[in-house]
Amino acid sequence: MNHIVPAALDVARIRRDFPILKQTVHGKPLVFLDSAASAQKPRVVIDAMVTAMETQYANVHRGLHWMSERTTEAYEATRDDAARLLNAADRAEIVFVRNSTEAINLLAYSYGRGMLKPGQAVLISAMEHHSNIVPWQMLRDERGIELRVAPITDAGELDMEAFEHLLADGKVGLVAITHMSNVLGTYTPAERIVRIAHAHGAKVLLDGSQAIVHRRVDVQALDCDFYAFTGHKLYGPTGIGVLWGRRELLEAMPPFMGGGDMISSVTYERSTWAEVPHKFEAGTPAILDGIGLGAAIRYVEAIGYDAIAAHERALTEHAIARLSAIEGLTIFGHAQDRGGVVSFTLEGAHPHDVATLLDHNGIAVRAGHHCAEPLMHRLGIDSTARASFAVYTTLAEIDALADTLVRVREFFA
Amino acid sequence: MTLDVGDLYQEVILEHGRRPRHAGRPPRYDAAARGDNPMCGDRVEVFLSYAADGRIADTSFDARGCAISIASADLMAEAVAGAAPEEVVQVFSRFQDMARTGACPECDATLQMLRPLAGVHAYPSRVKCATLPWHALMAALQGEGQASSE
Repeated sequence: MNHIVPAALDVARIRRDFPILKQTVHGKPLVFLDSAASAQKPRVVIDAMVTAMETQYANVHRGLHWMSERTTEAYEATRDDAARLLNAADRAEIVFVRNSTEAINLLAYSYGRGMLKPGQAVLISAMEHHSNIVPWQMLRDERGIELRVAPITDAGELDMEAFEHLLADGKVGLVAITHMSNVLGTYTPAERIVRIAHAHGAKVLLDGSQAIVHRRVDVQALDCDFYAFTGHKLYGPTGIGVLWGRRELLEAMPPFMGGGDMISSVTYERSTWAEVPHKFEAGTPAILDGIGLGAAIRYVEAIGYDAIAAHERALTEHAIARLSAIEGLTIFGHAQDRGGVVSFTLEGAHPHDVATLLDHNGIAVRAGHHCAEPLMHRLGIDSTARASFAVYTTLAEIDALADTLVRVREFFA
Repeated sequence: MTLDVGDLYQEVILEHGRRPRHAGRPPRYDAAARGDNPMCGDRVEVFLSYAADGRIADTSFDARGCAISIASADLMAEAVAGAAPEEVVQVFSRFQDMARTGACPECDATLQMLRPLAGVHAYPSRVKCATLPWHALMAALQGEGQASSE
């Protein structure tokens, strides 16, 4: 054997892990093609949360009793899982947050207000989710930090020449950019982005909300400075996400929210902060969701990213082939390196009507601006429909989507 | 495989959605207002002209939206023609109830015109598509320039 062939993903077996996939919608088998908005949950995640509630639940980090110690162990084990998932050098670099949005807001507050100086700039791209635009606008308006936007090409790839040009004056302190577009499916060339940004003195945050679901992420190999992802797109619960940051940066940053759990000591005169990551984790955390996220990470690791990536590549290629053969259908995003989301419009039918009719036939897709209005303007449209794929998606489901879209088009013709 | 279209996309909605009779910005009008649905980016601008007795003489609209919102705007323009402003408020209130519940108790001739849209009640996320033009109409009647479906 000269080649290591990734183990093929056994979709039929995986589908049995997701109880919801047995459901019917409007009397039809559920074809769930909206996993990029939020993924379904495997039995192991559901069980981990239920078992914690039924057998060992208490608050974490403070109880001196058995229940609290067991719960703390289970919750903190997820920090190890997340550190392993990202290949972080240190588990203390894993900060638990509610979601990617909170991770970016934390960074905009603590790094943006604590480390950036008026006159410096933050550089984002033209294909960001609102969550990676609005916190930086708020920082700009409050602190006089310039906000720059790197353009994309018509194929939906980052314009690297323009990107580098925007860094040339050395004013950019932070590049905050998606690792994979939730609309176009584009993977950004993260290693190259980091290399160029560092050469110009800028730190880099990668928004990995989509990428982490589809591709192995190694923050040390990427050499980035911050990485954000959310649990619920990674087959975990809502209400839990991760901000990874280099330890020395996290240590230099001021806290985000104040409260319990994030302090070392408190008097009325002053308080001192806990060590990282707890400095950024005020209040009782999302304990059960954290435990669920650990189960989700271990589930994904057991399938393996090689198998996941191969499966989704096959699905995406099949989807693009089938959908682009439909007359009047336009696919947005033609990046060389792309993942399992396909946005499209259908001539003569508004994306919301498309989505409602697909839904009536059991097929769940998203329609709208996908929390990326500026990108919609760049594409010259108001909204698209979007099909997105997961480990449980089958080629037959993509065929069902394509066949139904043909009929939707006929219906509106 | 046949397409199941449910009871929302009836022929009358498709027809009004495809070929609205009251679409377009008129050269002259007495009041106008824009309605935005921030959820989906759809927008509709409604133009009103009044008759000498204060009743609505004509309604037209300029919309960027789905079949439901365009059909609703078009049917609305027909339903409120000749109505006094206070009657329009009543019709809107009853239309909203119908869009939310699907039911049309004591359905008079005006509500009957709007009844094809009752099917929208089965799709809570689409109810705003049907009510957006009405919000714009209300804002125009009250002399406000802007309305939102939120």
